Amino acid sequence: MNATIKFRIDGTQVVTKAGLTIMKAADNAGIYIPRLCDEKGLEPQGSCRICIVKIGGQIVASCTQPAEDGLEVENDTPEIRNYRRDLVKMLYHEGNHLCPICEASGRCELQAVSYYLGIFQPTKYPYLQPDRPVDASHRDILLNTNRCIRCGRCIRASKTLDGKNLFGYIGRGIHKQVGVNGENLANTDAKVGDAAMALETCPVGCIIQKRQGFFAPIGKRRFDLKPLGTNSVKQQKGGSEQ
Amino acid sequence: MSKTRVIEVEPVTRVEGHGKISIHLDEDNNVQESRLHIVEFRGFERFIQNRPYWEVPVIVQRLCGICPVSHHLAASKAMDLIVGVKKLTPTAEKMRRLMHYGQIMQSHVLHFFHLCSPDLLFGFDADPRKRNVMGIIDEKPELAVQAVMMRKFGQEIIKATAGKKIHGTGAIPGGVNKNLSIGERDFFLKDMEQMKTWSLSALDLAKNFTRDNFEKVGGFANFNSSHLSMVREDGALDLYHGNLRAIDASGNIIFNQIDYQRYYDHLMEEVRSWSYMKFPFIKKRGHLDGWYRVGPLSRLNTCGFIDTPKADKALQEFKGVTGGKPNHMSLAYHWARMIEVVHCVEKIEDLLNDPDLQGDDLVAHGERQEEGVGVIEAPRGTLIHHYKVDESDQVTFCNLIVSTTHNNEAMNLAVSKVAKKYLSGQPKITEAMLNHLEVAVRAYDPCLSCATHALGQMPLTVELYDANNNKIDGMSTAL
Ligand code: SF4
Ligand code: SF4
Ligand code: FES
Repeated sequence: MNATIKFRIDGTQVVTKAGLTIMKAADNAGIYIPRLCDEKGLEPQGSCRICIVKIGGQIVASCTQPAEDGLEVENDTPEIRNYRRDLVKMLYHEGNHLCPICEASGRCELQAVSYYLGIFQPTKYPYLQPDRPVDASHRDILLNTNRCIRCGRCIRASKTLDGKNLFGYIGRGIHKQVGVNGENLANTDAKVGDAAMALETCPVGCIIQKRQGFFAPIGKRRFDLKPLGTNSVKQQKGGSEQ
Repeated sequence: MSKTRVIEVEPVTRVEGHGKISIHLDEDNNVQESRLHIVEFRGFERFIQNRPYWEVPVIVQRLCGICPVSHHLAASKAMDLIVGVKKLTPTAEKMRRLMHYGQIMQSHVLHFFHLCSPDLLFGFDADPRKRNVMGIIDEKPELAVQAVMMRKFGQEIIKATAGKKIHGTGAIPGGVNKNLSIGERDFFLKDMEQMKTWSLSALDLAKNFTRDNFEKVGGFANFNSSHLSMVREDGALDLYHGNLRAIDASGNIIFNQIDYQRYYDHLMEEVRSWSYMKFPFIKKRGHLDGWYRVGPLSRLNTCGFIDTPKADKALQEFKGVTGGKPNHMSLAYHWARMIEVVHCVEKIEDLLNDPDLQGDDLVAHGERQEEGVGVIEAPRGTLIHHYKVDESDQVTFCNLIVSTTHNNEAMNLAVSKVAKKYLSGQPKITEAMLNHLEVAVRAYDPCLSCATHALGQMPLTVELYDANNNKIDGMSTAL
C-alpha cells in the first residue's frame, strides 16, 4: 500500500507517503530541520536532540518520530530555537573547540548549525576543556576526541556500512566518549576508504584524514558555499540570539 | 650604601601589548639601572607539542594578534621542509610573498601613523591629550585617512591571499591553497597609483623628521651594536627568503650567507632571572658582546641594495647619512620602516602584474623529513620557527625566536640611555620625561603580546620604591 498523508510544519502543508520520519518528510519537502546525530544512510539514533520539534505540546526528536496524517508540527519557533541553542552550546562546553585553528572549520556541522542558530560567540559558562590524548598512530587517519560530540555516526557507519565495528562508546554519563575497539587506530584494519572515515561521516573535526587539513581555502569550504538551512526550497532562518 | 628608588612605568602605552619599565634611582635621583620587562608567550612551545604538523601554520597565529601572518608564513616555511619541499611552485611562492608584503605594509603603516606619528609631529613632550592618534585625526585628518586606507589595502591583500584578515589559512605545507583571481587582482591594481604616492609621502615624512631633528635623533638612544637579518644570495634586501647575515657596529661581516637551517650554530639564547624573555646573542662573540639588533634598521644596515628602484634610491640616501656605515640611531627605525613600505608597495605592484599569481599549480610534494626551520623577516625583524615532527605526524619539538626577543638587549639599552639622559638628577619626574622612555621603546615596535586595544586609552602607572622596595610615591596618567 502506498498511502499518502498530509501534515503541517509551521503551517506549511507537507504531502508525503506514509511511513517516513518527520525529518525525512521535511527534507523531501525542502524544509530544513537542524540535526547532528542523523546522517543519510545510517539508522537514526535520536541522541543529539538538535532536531527536536513540538507536536501537541510534546517535544520529540524529528529524526525518529514518524510523520502522521493531520499532525501540526512546530519546528522553527522561538521556543524550539532556544532549546536547540542550549543543546548546541552544551556541546561546546563539554568538548574542546577552537574553531579558528580547527581544520574542520567551514565543513563542520556543529559550527554550521551554530551559525544557523545565530550562535557566534562563546557563552559565559565554564568550559570543561577536556585534554584527551590524540590518537595519531594510524598512517592516514587521526582521532582527536577533544572535539567529539558523541553523535555515534562513526560507530554506526563502521558497524553497518563497513562491517568492521571499529568504534564504540566507553565510559558513562559525562565521561562517555567514543573509543577505538582496540589499543589504537593503527592496530585496527581502519582504512581511509571506510565509510566511517569519510569526511562527511564525522560531523566535527574528530576523525581526520591526515595531511589534508586546510587544503580547501576559506570561502570555498562546504558550508562557505552552502550554509546549513539555505539549500532548502524554503529558506528558513534560525534567527539570531536575543 | 646609598638608597635607591624604583620607578615603574606600566604598561608601556602605544606599543603592541603590555610591558613595564622599571627605573632604579639612588638618593640623588640618579638613574642606577633601568629595565624593560616583557610578558611573552611562555608555554607556546609546549602547547604546540603533539599537534599534527599541518595545523601548526594556523595555530601559531594565536601567538600574536599583531603579526599573525608572519608566524603563519614562518611556520609554513618550516613545514615545507617537513614535507620535503625545498622549492615552492612559482604561484605558491608569489602568493606567499604577496601576503607577506601586504602584512609588512599594513603593520608598518599602523605603527608609524597610529603609534609614532603623534610623538614625531607634536613632539615627545607635547601635551599628552594631543599627543595621540586622536590628535592626529583632529590636526592632520589627511594623514589619518592615508593611514587608514593604506592599512586597509594591506589587510585586503592578506584577505585575498590568506582567506581572512586574521587567522587565515592561505599557506599550507608545501604551498598555498588558493591563487589570485583576475577580479581580486584588478581590485588591487586600481588603487596602486594612490598607494605608490602615499608610500612616498610617508617616506618623506619620516625622512624629514630625521633630517629636521638630526641633533635630537642622533643623540637619542643612539648606540653601537651588531645587526642581523636575512639577505638574498646577492645581498639584496629580501623580506621573505634568504640566508642570515650579521655585521658588527662598524659594518664588518660577522657571518654571511648562513643557511638558517643551522641558525643554532650561530645564535644562542641567554636566560636572565628578571625577565621571561630570553636574550639571544651571536655565539662567536659571546653573551656579553654578542647581542645585536633586528628589524627595519638592521635590514637596511645589513643589505647591500634593494631590488626595487624607489626603495633603493631611498636606501642610498639613508646610507649616505652615516657615510655608508651602519646607522645605530633608534629613531632611524622610523625612516627605515617607511623605506620598507615603499619597497613593499613596489613589490606588490610587480606581483600583481605577474600572471603566475593566476597559476593553478599550488602545492609541491617531496619526501617527508623530521626537522625544519622557517625564517622570515617579519615587520619587527627576523623570526625563527624550528620544529621536529615524528613519524605519526605530531610535533615533538618547537623553538621560536621572535623579533622582539632579538631586540631585547637593545631595547633595554635604549631605555637605559634615555633614562640616564632625561631623568637622572631631576627633582621631579614628569609625564613628558617618561614619554621619552616610551618613545625609545616604541621605535623598536615591540610586539609584547597580543594587544589590539593599544590604540585606546591606557593608564600609564608609575611607581616609586625606596631602597627597601617599599612604594613611596605614585602617579598615574591616562594617555
Ligand atoms: S570541530 Fe567544529 S565546532 Fe569544533 S572546533 Fe572544529 S570547527 Fe569548531
Ligand atoms: S568521532 Fe565524530 S562521528 Fe564519532 S561520535 Fe565523535 S563526533 Fe560523532
Ligand atoms: S538528529 Fe535527531 S536526535 Fe540527533
